[in-house]
Amino acid sequence: MSMSQLAPGVVPGRLPADAYARNFSDVEPPLDGHEAKVAADRCYFCHDAPCVTACPTAIDIPLFIRQIATGTPEAAARTIFNQNILGGMCARVCPTEQLCEEVCVRETAEGKPVEIARLQRHATDTLMSRNVHPFERAEPTGKRVAVVGAGPAGLSAAHRLAMLGHEVTIFDARPKPGGLNEYGIASYKTPGNFAQAEVDWLLMIGGITLKTGQALGRDITLEGLRAEFDAVFLGMGLSGVNALRAEGEDREHVHPAVDFIAALRQAEDLASLPIGRDVVVIGGGMTAIDAGVQAKLLGAENVTIVYRRGQEKMSASRHEQDHATASGVRLICNAAPVKVHGNGAVREVEFAYTEDGPGGLRLLPETFRLKADQLFKAIGQTLGEVPEGIALEGGKIAVDATGRTSLPGVWAGGDCAAGGEDLTVTAVAQGRDAACDIHAELCPS
Amino acid sequence: MANLRSDFLGIKSPNPFWLASAPPTDKEYNVRRAFEAGWGGVVWKTLGSEGPPVVNVNGPRYGAIYGADRRLLGLNNIELITDRPLEVNLREIKSVKRDYPDRALVVSLMVPCDEESWKAILAHVEDTGADGVELNFGCPHGMAERGMGSAVGQVPEYIEMVTRWVKQHSRMPCIVKLTPNVTDIRKPAEAAKRGGADAVSLINTINSITGVDIDSFAPMPTIDGKGTHGGYCGPAVKPIALNMVAEIARNPETHGLPISGIGGVTTWRDAVEFMLLGAGNVQVCTAAMTYGFRVVQEMISGLSDYMDAKGFASTADLVGRAVPNVTDWQYLNLNYVTKAQIDQELCIKCGRCYAACEDTSHQAIAMSSDRTFTVKDEECVACNLCVDVCPVEDCITMRELPKGAMDPRTGRTVGDYANWLGHPNNPSVREAAE
Ligand SMILES: Cc1cc2nc3c(=O)[nH]c(=O)nc-3n(C[C@H](O)[C@H](O)[C@H](O)COP(=O)(O)OP(=O)(O)OC[C@H]3O[C@@H](n4cnc5c(N)ncnc54)[C@H](O)[C@@H]3O)c2cc1C
Ligand SMILES: Cc1cc2nc3c(=O)[nH]c(=O)nc-3n(C[C@H](O)[C@H](O)[C@H](O)COP(=O)(O)O)c2cc1C
Ligand code: SF4
Repeated sequence: MSMSQLAPGVVPGRLPADAYARNFSDVEPPLDGHEAKVAADRCYFCHDAPCVTACPTAIDIPLFIRQIATGTPEAAARTIFNQNILGGMCARVCPTEQLCEEVCVRETAEGKPVEIARLQRHATDTLMSRNVHPFERAEPTGKRVAVVGAGPAGLSAAHRLAMLGHEVTIFDARPKPGGLNEYGIASYKTPGNFAQAEVDWLLMIGGITLKTGQALGRDITLEGLRAEFDAVFLGMGLSGVNALRAEGEDREHVHPAVDFIAALRQAEDLASLPIGRDVVVIGGGMTAIDAGVQAKLLGAENVTIVYRRGQEKMSASRHEQDHATASGVRLICNAAPVKVHGNGAVREVEFAYTEDGPGGLRLLPETFRLKADQLFKAIGQTLGEVPEGIALEGGKIAVDATGRTSLPGVWAGGDCAAGGEDLTVTAVAQGRDAACDIHAELCPS
Repeated sequence: MANLRSDFLGIKSPNPFWLASAPPTDKEYNVRRAFEAGWGGVVWKTLGSEGPPVVNVNGPRYGAIYGADRRLLGLNNIELITDRPLEVNLREIKSVKRDYPDRALVVSLMVPCDEESWKAILAHVEDTGADGVELNFGCPHGMAERGMGSAVGQVPEYIEMVTRWVKQHSRMPCIVKLTPNVTDIRKPAEAAKRGGADAVSLINTINSITGVDIDSFAPMPTIDGKGTHGGYCGPAVKPIALNMVAEIARNPETHGLPISGIGGVTTWRDAVEFMLLGAGNVQVCTAAMTYGFRVVQEMISGLSDYMDAKGFASTADLVGRAVPNVTDWQYLNLNYVTKAQIDQELCIKCGRCYAACEDTSHQAIAMSSDRTFTVKDEECVACNLCVDVCPVEDCITMRELPKGAMDPRTGRTVGDYANWLGHPNNPSVREAAE
């Protein structure tokens, strides 16, 4: 017997059994061969194309689209993987409306860009479905590199290092590799266990040893790694979460949104996940959107995302915001939490209206309350483990343009490094570039 | 709605759009549907002599080339003339003509190259009440090997001879259909005229191989592992056909000889272009085979709107209007100087003009760091390549330098009309001066 949407409290199984598969299926289904050809025909093969400039990994987009148009999607995939070994995941999760597709000249011409992401997925899916790996390793260099974190940054670095002939060991604290690809990305963007399949396919390059359940600071130390390996790459992402600093934050059913999402991504049976009838999410980024939408998809009756500044300041793209509102999530802007009410568990959240002026954000005296039996905090993540002696910048590991940290022989990239965009694709780019720099350092030509 | 009525050699039709002799006109069923859809006339699929009809291959008989989104640009065929018995075709022609007296119905013919064969078939055709005959001297495959089709059309003497027989043995208007598979289209047209032809029609299909199967190593369409050249038609051949029509229209030997324009007519615009170059009407095949008979409705409304806008009272008013403007290269004005200019409002910054000019032309387009593209007048030779590759219509245009202005590329002032014949670099001018 399933519970209804109206059942009070935080309960599992709000929806009929078949609704879960439907709700969490592919949000943007793949292009078939014909659709891909039609979409590819729209590319103008621009000179010095703006889309390439906008792609953090600088994939040669006009070339790969031309390769699709001429019936060679696997050649297209090689063009993509050459620059971005996680091109398959990026095709699914990149906010392309803020990257390549935003600057497509077809967007200028017709307000409708070439569907770069879906074409990229068509190409990468075609090659990956054959379960072959397109690259071979160079002659062994005899050098050994440690990579901390098996997220996009670490995987990208490890792959490039292995390809260049180095022996790589990846250490990751979690039981499964993939980082936020596995534990964070919205499930409807990457259904079918794609994250693990992609890691398996990536590791087919060889020369990479993966050690899961190995946390830096708990099971291993940076000192130890530096002594044992010729170089170290840190790609630990952000494992800490910011506090609300609102009274009552410790009440029951108040959780970091990333924990809720991780549990959802790992659930064997989505119907077993308890979800509130009235869910409130606090934040304005992709995590807030994903938590809100997925709460709704699990059967919450009312889901509200509350952001403290104006809508235009939300870091989630317009496309993501629209996806949320189209899914029935309500967006409230210019309001900040001041108190979590309840008796044991959360029952209401109180917000103050805000004003964003030149002097910063100011709370106005007027407040309002939202009914809530579950509250998710999505107000940013922080560096968890800070290795000793490493210089920080704005709370993250300070790096130069090629990912070098303040410690000799130690590079960093992805979310844990300062200056990034906190996107999958920038993590991939930084991992790759750091790998190339490590190679240049270890094997000067 | 303009008056589209057409009179071609005294053959009347409600509009100048005829279906060319081909599969769309191979039998009564199709032709009735075509007339219902609005076609002004048809040229019936080519008839052969009495006796067992020809046979076609039983594998694929067409090949195609495509543009973006699988738009059919060119079609190639290895089909022969009608493979239905002569009596059946004649009976059907008679029945259709009786029911559609206001439409043009011309019968295409191809029989062996002897006078008796032609005499025999002409008598049969006259009995049907058809409006005229078209002599198929064009088919480039299958029939040519048997001494017919383009085997005749490539030898002016044969054209003249057969045309003369036809005019001798029949009172019907006679159109000679020309093959483009010759080096100089004027010669067969002149021969047709000498033989007494009332008109020429062109072009028939062009010898072609549309593609090769890169796995089986055979040309396409492939019949049991082999292929043969076919006849090429469709939008891709239009430029070739237009030139041939113009060549005949401006040749003093054939000037004024009525022309039925054929080859890639797909829209009303194509039809207007053929007519401006001297065609009295047009014939259509591939467009009908690609989109069905309904396309004629767009041709009718388009031509009508065009004629209204131009104030043309009848289709005869536009025929040949562009012919005086077709000239030889040596008469082109070398003092007509233009420069490309890019409309920054329309520009979408794709940079295709830059790549084209920088890599393959005259390095005359500058690209700034913010992707603004501008023409360097001092380098631009006005080749037009940037206009041709720009995806946005009218974004790049050619601006004429007024007389007296200085061309920053050559440093010379734009002067009056002057052509190659008087140019100092012309060897014959140099000789005369010596
Ligand atoms: C909910 C959510 C949704 C998102 N959606 C998108 C999206 O749609 N599109 C997009 O482009 N980006 C999205 N992002 C951002 C994107 O996921 C990250 O920018 C990207 O994953 C960063 O990659 P990374 O390799 O630096 O870190 P992570 O993916 O976080 O990987 C870090 C890895 O390091 C491991 N680790 C952590 N600490 C230690 C330690 N001490 N010892 C050993 N291992 C450790 C972790 O277990 C993890 O496997 C989203 C983020 C979140 C949170
Ligand atoms: C603008 C232009 C000028 C050409 N000039 C010559 C020429 O001077 N001599 C020549 O043999 N072919 C010339 N060609 C023909 C090309 O060499 C080539 O045979 C033809 O373009 C067909 O090839 P393509 O369409 O695949 O490029 C020219 C082609 C173009 C487009
Ligand atoms: S017309 Fe030719 S030479 Fe002039 S700018 Fe355009 S491409 Fe260059």
